[in-house]
Amino acid sequence: MHTVAKLVDTSTCIGCKACEVACQEWNDQDFTISGFDGSYQTLPDLEHNFWNLIKFNELSREDGQMTWNMAKYQCMHCVDPGCLRSCPAPGAIFQQKDGIVDFNHDLCIGCGYCITGCPFDVPRLSPNSKKVYKCSLCSDRTAVGLEPACIKACPTNCLTFGTREDLIQIANARAGELKQDGHAGAGIYNPEGVGGTHVLYVLKDAADPESYGLPKAPKIPWTVSLWQGPVKWLGNLVFTGGILGAFFHYLRYGPKPTGDEEGIDA
Amino acid sequence: MTNGWTDVANTDVVLVMGGNPAENHPVGFRFVMEAKRHRKAKLICVDPRFNRTAAVSDRYVQIRSGTDIAFLGGLLNYALSHDRFHADYVREHTNASFIVKEGFSFADGYFSGWDEDRQRYDKSTWEYERVADGYARIDKTLEHPRCVFQLLKKHYTRYTPEQVASISGCTAEEFEQAAEVICSTGRAGRSGTILYALGWTQHSHSVQLIHTAAMLQLMLGNIGMPGGGVNAQRGHSNIQGATDLGAWNMLPGYLKVPRANWTSLAEYNRANSPKPLRPNSLNYWGNTPKFMVSLLRAYYGENATHRNQFGYDYLPKIAEGATHSWGYLFDEMYAGKKEGLISFGMNPVAGGPNSIKMIEALGKLKWLIVAENFETETAAFWKAKELQEKYYGEVTDPENVQTEVFLLPASCFAEKDGTFVNSSRWLQWKYKAVDAPGNAMDDQEIISRLFLKLRELYEKEGGASPEPLLAMDWSYANPVSPSLTEVAREISGKDVRSGRQVPGFGALKDDGSTLCGNWLYSGSFTEAGNQMERQGQSDPTGLGLYADWAWSWPANRRVLYNRASADADGKPWDETRAPVRWKGNRWVGDVPDYKADAPPEANGAFIMLAEGVAKLFAPDFAEGPFPEHYEPAESPVENLLHPNVGDNPAALKFSSDLDPLGNAEQYPYVAITYRLTEHFHFWTKHVSATSELQSTFFVELPQALADEKGIASGDRVRVTSARGSVEGPALVTKRMRGLQVAGKTIYQVGLPIHWGFLGRVKGPLVNNLTPSVMDPNSGTPEYKGFLVNLEKV
Repeated sequence: MHTVAKLVDTSTCIGCKACEVACQEWNDQDFTISGFDGSYQTLPDLEHNFWNLIKFNELSREDGQMTWNMAKYQCMHCVDPGCLRSCPAPGAIFQQKDGIVDFNHDLCIGCGYCITGCPFDVPRLSPNSKKVYKCSLCSDRTAVGLEPACIKACPTNCLTFGTREDLIQIANARAGELKQDGHAGAGIYNPEGVGGTHVLYVLKDAADPESYGLPKAPKIPWTVSLWQGPVKWLGNLVFTGGILGAFFHYLRYGPKPTGDEEGIDA
Repeated sequence: MTNGWTDVANTDVVLVMGGNPAENHPVGFRFVMEAKRHRKAKLICVDPRFNRTAAVSDRYVQIRSGTDIAFLGGLLNYALSHDRFHADYVREHTNASFIVKEGFSFADGYFSGWDEDRQRYDKSTWEYERVADGYARIDKTLEHPRCVFQLLKKHYTRYTPEQVASISGCTAEEFEQAAEVICSTGRAGRSGTILYALGWTQHSHSVQLIHTAAMLQLMLGNIGMPGGGVNAQRGHSNIQGATDLGAWNMLPGYLKVPRANWTSLAEYNRANSPKPLRPNSLNYWGNTPKFMVSLLRAYYGENATHRNQFGYDYLPKIAEGATHSWGYLFDEMYAGKKEGLISFGMNPVAGGPNSIKMIEALGKLKWLIVAENFETETAAFWKAKELQEKYYGEVTDPENVQTEVFLLPASCFAEKDGTFVNSSRWLQWKYKAVDAPGNAMDDQEIISRLFLKLRELYEKEGGASPEPLLAMDWSYANPVSPSLTEVAREISGKDVRSGRQVPGFGALKDDGSTLCGNWLYSGSFTEAGNQMERQGQSDPTGLGLYADWAWSWPANRRVLYNRASADADGKPWDETRAPVRWKGNRWVGDVPDYKADAPPEANGAFIMLAEGVAKLFAPDFAEGPFPEHYEPAESPVENLLHPNVGDNPAALKFSSDLDPLGNAEQYPYVAITYRLTEHFHFWTKHVSATSELQSTFFVELPQALADEKGIASGDRVRVTSARGSVEGPALVTKRMRGLQVAGKTIYQVGLPIHWGFLGRVKGPLVNNLTPSVMDPNSGTPEYKGFLVNLEKV
């Protein structure tokens, strides 16, 4: 099966924030008024209720000219997702056949391991629901044949939705055009360290993704790899042992008496 | 726009100056990106700030606000001195060959005819030399020393790259690099477009500034060409429509409001039907009587007859030489000379210059009616003092304001049908999405109810000159709230006897047999139906004309002056980009801006002008037939071209106690106001989504200035002008730099406009700072390029 992807051509992003509004509206997010942090950026960083943020990167060039790179930032939907690898709650994070990495919030236990496991620092824990949230690549739209909301809203065709194979081709062609236009360093951002991503970028300066707010060589943290390897088996053993222990404890001593109900914060 | 948004995709070079489309017109900006991607077009951005448009431009030049004429004048000089102008086009389609009367001159900042006492020009020397029949004398060799071409060349030789650089603060190299790209379109086979907006219109010399842009495009042969033109990006969804339908001095379709000295319809027609200046001039404004009589017939119906000059006497008349534009309206109001104000769909306290004067002026009224979606700063002007004491401590206390305010809830754009006229001059029909909440009414119902009640009172009680109200034709199916479809039919016009809609303005008559609410929109609603509702997407020329999409004024023409896209014999300058082609007996392609069956050599290409050709030399304006660089009314430097004449001598200024102007000693920094992509004017601070995107007013300032003053991003700063102050956090950026002007370092300060004392998010009105100095032709205030001081709070 073809997997899907989103292409961000940063050379045509004008920072209009239509994608931000579309994301907020489609996902029915609360609107919260933030303070001022001295930049054009809506917020300093992603939030549990703000999944798509255009980063404004102001840079002085060596020739004295300025560049003002704008690029949207959101879940990268990695081919090998660190969040999924680090999640201890089965089914809470899953990867669809089409490549979209999505959360099932009914199963999320709010442990936050996915936050540590994400090399892009994307998932955010909600202080209210104690669950973790991020961009779903509008899996509820793509499932019925619609493009993600951000793509629908983009006025400059900076964003494209399609199969990952097609978009890699389109991205390469676009990078080729930019090279012809004098941007010798143009290229694609599709980092190997996570097996590639389902959100691809065309950058004028592919050697310096950090100037767009993207990590240079993202990798799944070694702790997560370890957790996925021998430690996981060890953990599973301890976990299973714990449950068995509890079970036998219950058989032997019965349920724990309770006092007044202490409800969960509503 | 002479051309239109979709046409921008046809261009080779985009000059964005006095506008920031990536920020303020992001949807239209897609066509700039298409031109860049598919035609390898170059985008040049010239602006006081490195803004969102600059971020995706191929070349950016930072200039001082208010020096655009110097920059464009430099481009004219560059094109002429480097032979980068389209000589055949200039000879054929402009008045370059016209010979100007002896006596015309320019010296030390003044054109001939300046009257120091009256502070205005006597324009009698700004005229063409005439031959028989009143025609202008021409010299097609362009060598006569008094021909427009030679005069123009002489006028702009002073605008050298070095002079441009020292006036505007860029370097001569930056100017020349940009000039090379822009002037590369000065030949057949290349097109360049100019996109501008309020960064050009909001100066005390704004009309001349846009005239300079038109001259440049004419010199480069870019008018009438696909991918060319002078393109105004309109800032509100229907501001184009509002302009087309009239202003204080304009009736619908840019027909002049009568002056008191035009005492009869015949005199009006004489004064407004120009005589052709060349034998081949089609001189379309010669049809003024047909448009005017059809308009009067629409206003007064059966009461407009031959015998009463079709009701001409019912129209209000403006005293000869008087002006009632914004500045005068509020100046007279402040002087206590106005009784009431009806404010629809606008917010003068927030949007007008010098907010404190606006507030004090409204406090002198007996009554104020505001029809709006929200309680605006205008409706609540009397609360300003208690809501923002620190800015309005000196204004009249609320208990001493006697103005009776009526706030009428009006439906918003999504709650009614009707049209938007966009920047491309497209009339696009829109449909009501939801009902208006509560008691909110559509504008036409509010106006109709007011009208009907007033007429009833005049009928019952009489009063001074009730005739205009009593004679007005209001025979709508539902007079209390006419349907906008019915009004649209009336605007497009019909034959009174047959009752049939007219096909276009060509069918209008001056005998009272046709009625038409706006000749320019005639044809938008024909017997074939509402043309504005059309959504056909065919594009047979491949030039993005989309003739079946909506309806474009005039006559569904998409590219204005398109006859100029071909030479004298009708051969297109560019075979790949010909909007119209002569097929032996008629023109095909776009609706020709020309007689449809007239051969190429029959008429001049500019049919609306008495010259028949476009005007490089234009005696129409208040401050001269050629644009000249004048400093803003408040300037940090003297005028390097003529130190004795700094700012525009003909600019409109006021002398009330609330109209002080500052000087560079007290107010050393140049301030500009602008809009942000996140907001729409003073509206969206009432809306949660847009308030979240940009919640806070800020002051954008150069890193170097911030370092000098010890200010860091986020620090609170106070900006003061001679008129008021604002406070907010600093946004310190390297995207703005100090500019070297006349040997001084000049800093500019940026102030986004979107806040006020009411709304979901609040902040200062930046118009607390702006001066009521106006362009003498348009009456538009100088919101850009005034002086301020800045301090850390």
